[in-house]
Amino acid sequence: MSTAGPPQGAQHRSPQGEGTPVSTPRPPQDTPAGEVLLSARNLSMRFGGVLAVNSVSFDVRKGEVFTLIGPNGAGKTTVFNLISRLYTPTTGEIFFEGQNLTHTPAHEIARLGIARTFQNIELFEHASVLQNLLIGRHTHRSTGLWSEMFFTRKTREAEVAARQHVEQVIDLLDLQHYRDSLVAGLPYGVRKVVELARALSTGPKLLLLDEPSSGLNVEETGDMAFWIKDIQHELGITVLMVEHDMSLVSKVSDRVLAMNQGATLAQGTPSEVQNDAGVIEAYLGSIDDVSSLRRPVAAVAGQGARS
Amino acid sequence: MQFLQLVISGVAQGCIYGLIALGFVLIYKATETVSFVQGDLMMLGAFVGLVMMTVLDFPFWIAVISAILGMGLAGIALERVVIRPILGQPAFSIVMLTIGIGYVLRGLVTMVPVIGSETHVLPVPYKDQIWTLGTLVVNVEQIVVITFTALLCGVLYAVFKYSKVGIAMQATSQNQLAAYYMGIPVKTLNGLVWGLAAAVAAIAGLLLAPITFVHANMGFVGLKAFPAAVVGGFGSLPGAIVGGLVIGLVESFAGFYAPEGWKDIAPYIVVLIMLWVKPNGLFSSSMRKKV
Amino acid sequence: MRFIFKTDYTQDIRLAKHKGQVFWYVLLLAVLAVAPLIAPEYWLAQLTFVLIYAVAGLGLMLVAGFTGQFSIGHAAFLGMGAYTHAILNNLGVPFPIALLGAAALSAFTGVVIGVPALRVKGIYLGMATLSFGFIVQEIFTRWNSVTGGNRGLHVMPPQLFGWELESGEEMYYLCLAVTVLCTLAILNLLRSSTGRAFVAIRDSEVSAQSMGIHLARYKTISFALSAAITGIAGALYAHKLQFISPDQFGLLQSIELLLLIVVGGLGSVHGAFLGAIFVISMPQLIALGKDYLPAAIGMAPGLQGVVFGVVLIAFVLFEPMGIYGRWLKVRTYLQIFPFYRKGMFKRQKSFQKSDRLS
Repeated sequence: MSTAGPPQGAQHRSPQGEGTPVSTPRPPQDTPAGEVLLSARNLSMRFGGVLAVNSVSFDVRKGEVFTLIGPNGAGKTTVFNLISRLYTPTTGEIFFEGQNLTHTPAHEIARLGIARTFQNIELFEHASVLQNLLIGRHTHRSTGLWSEMFFTRKTREAEVAARQHVEQVIDLLDLQHYRDSLVAGLPYGVRKVVELARALSTGPKLLLLDEPSSGLNVEETGDMAFWIKDIQHELGITVLMVEHDMSLVSKVSDRVLAMNQGATLAQGTPSEVQNDAGVIEAYLGSIDDVSSLRRPVAAVAGQGARS
Repeated sequence: MQFLQLVISGVAQGCIYGLIALGFVLIYKATETVSFVQGDLMMLGAFVGLVMMTVLDFPFWIAVISAILGMGLAGIALERVVIRPILGQPAFSIVMLTIGIGYVLRGLVTMVPVIGSETHVLPVPYKDQIWTLGTLVVNVEQIVVITFTALLCGVLYAVFKYSKVGIAMQATSQNQLAAYYMGIPVKTLNGLVWGLAAAVAAIAGLLLAPITFVHANMGFVGLKAFPAAVVGGFGSLPGAIVGGLVIGLVESFAGFYAPEGWKDIAPYIVVLIMLWVKPNGLFSSSMRKKV
Repeated sequence: MRFIFKTDYTQDIRLAKHKGQVFWYVLLLAVLAVAPLIAPEYWLAQLTFVLIYAVAGLGLMLVAGFTGQFSIGHAAFLGMGAYTHAILNNLGVPFPIALLGAAALSAFTGVVIGVPALRVKGIYLGMATLSFGFIVQEIFTRWNSVTGGNRGLHVMPPQLFGWELESGEEMYYLCLAVTVLCTLAILNLLRSSTGRAFVAIRDSEVSAQSMGIHLARYKTISFALSAAITGIAGALYAHKLQFISPDQFGLLQSIELLLLIVVGGLGSVHGAFLGAIFVISMPQLIALGKDYLPAAIGMAPGLQGVVFGVVLIAFVLFEPMGIYGRWLKVRTYLQIFPFYRKGMFKRQKSFQKSDRLS
């Protein structure tokens, strides 16, 4: 697949045109620039003696792509785990659409409209791709235990409706070929896409992507970039992501937050952050450290070389 | 006096539970497997000792030592043949495998003519001896159990702390990949751990046999060792012994003070209380999957 | 090779995916329906036991195979259902109500066991369920006034709308009807969101939570439902044996149920039935084969234990997916011949500590 244009499925709608789309499409210029969707205030997380997150604050505005960058161990995934409530912050608070999330149980988060992917893929290995995505529709279920045991008409209709939603996600991400395959046998790149698809199936307002391009080759990363842009512009979903690949970050992000050793280093547009002295030092060390390593011809490996 | 009597018998029984629990905590730490076969290895060890003492007519100490060594070798063989191929399968499958091994051991022992199907007495030199200290009447068999368990714990402590093999075992149980990188022969060590666990089970069997007699179902005593491991914490060796003592004492006192039937379920009630209050045991730390 | 041309979502949602499946299952039901007319009484009784064990196995499969919560004390629910039903039945309560009572009380016991159990995982869950199993069995033994204790309890024949079911055939049809209903209920559950939630909990609790699945609630539902179904099996068991005692519901029976689901095939409804067939037919096969073995082996009391143990070990080592897994492999081989590859059903190795190689 060339990197010149969007992948085949991106503009495709479901053939019958029926069923509500995954999320109301909204062109970017209509999004009010200042409306804050997610707000983290002075988040700190301590694991025993280790301070993994140190008083981190940031706002994610509706409709933007906000990226967390930083060296390994900077605490980025811990911030994600705090937002999806797998951990409870030692201090600090999280607000989503004005509501305080800090003590909400983890299973309520999806219902509120936050979905996430995991750094080390956490798919349901012994189920098919379709079943994984259908599990993503769990928060939209309308049937109870008894109507399901008797498989009433209501259950049947709910199943068909869930299936219609899920097929739209499959269309968007080109997973038709893998629909009935068991996840356990799929190649890594496909599993990353299934992880994304499952998060999209929940019909979220905010999507947390943890290193979406890790382990992907250049083509697959290109596809991922297009999908993230589609998610932002076509589906109107706000994206908060953790990423290491600087070219992807520059391509899709509206704003970037750089972290190091649990604390904030710099915040701003991608180019602002990538040129910030503190950020450069965190990634590469100070000028003095590397000058002796500088090769005569080629530039030092880093942000300049890729984009 | 009754109180002291109960304490001694509780501690003696608890030592047996602790030894069996020690066996599966060793295995759990090294290979992440829960082994339901420890009780039956104990039974097999007692039978091997019996055969050596009665059929082969070995002198007492030779029989004991060769039984222990023999069981150690059996443990190593068991690991190599049956356990190594299935590591990495879901924990439940491995548990079922060990249950299956237990069935086979019990069945095979029962099939041996004459010896297997009956109850036997283990001819130990201190059989039925009693010491009297003032008004206290003490069964020598129980004192032997307590003494030898304490000695064994001391030996194991020294091995784990000071010997190369012991330190290597600790290393593999904490971080297997790093142990490989350090040149530690991890698979051989896992075999040794199983051998050690089997040898400890054999010692427990030989210590228990004078008290409960040798028969094919004596391995069911091993079931009480699970509560011991839960109380101590599945990742802790001293915890296994302490847990065993706790269960032994609880049983002993429940048997005397509580109405009929409570003695048998008292350890399980202790398990439920522990799981409610301190799920990871008295000594262990919890492990959480990192996402 | 069969190519299924799909034009409608309901094709995927239906229980029978294509005409071939409909044919075979209808044929199976027809054979089961006429069995009393062609099978001798002894074999009909064995078939009845297969059905009863299949229902019990379905219960355990739901909580262990589909939700990943391994219960080592499941015979407690079997006993709970058996005793509740027997006591209600002996008091003259009509069969359907007594059955519902047994299911309800077993479900309640399932909740009682499930609530603390859902806080712990893995081996600790196994220990908790093991402990509950022992405690419940002890209650059966000690509560003499109600259960008859070790003397046992005689069970009167079932009363259905004023009609007493006494013969083997009538018992068989009753068990068949109950089995079909329970199986349909489980199959329906598995193809809707509750069943998928169970599978999610089994495969990854963390991401199940992130998908909005309330772990505690679904684990409790799984335990309760599993206990109810096993309790129903217990009620049928009580009627079939016409006499129950506490030692029928102990650790050995719990392990037998676990053996059933492991050998049958963990995580499949077929597995419960195949496992039940195995557990009931194995002693028969051993009895038949005894004559061909030398006396020392054939007559020995421990033979059955050895055979069960060897078969269990063999399945875990060589066919962890059980009988149903082996059937799936054979069927796939035949369906896509000659394109079958050796590693198609290979299972991923997984360890609790991520830094392990083996």
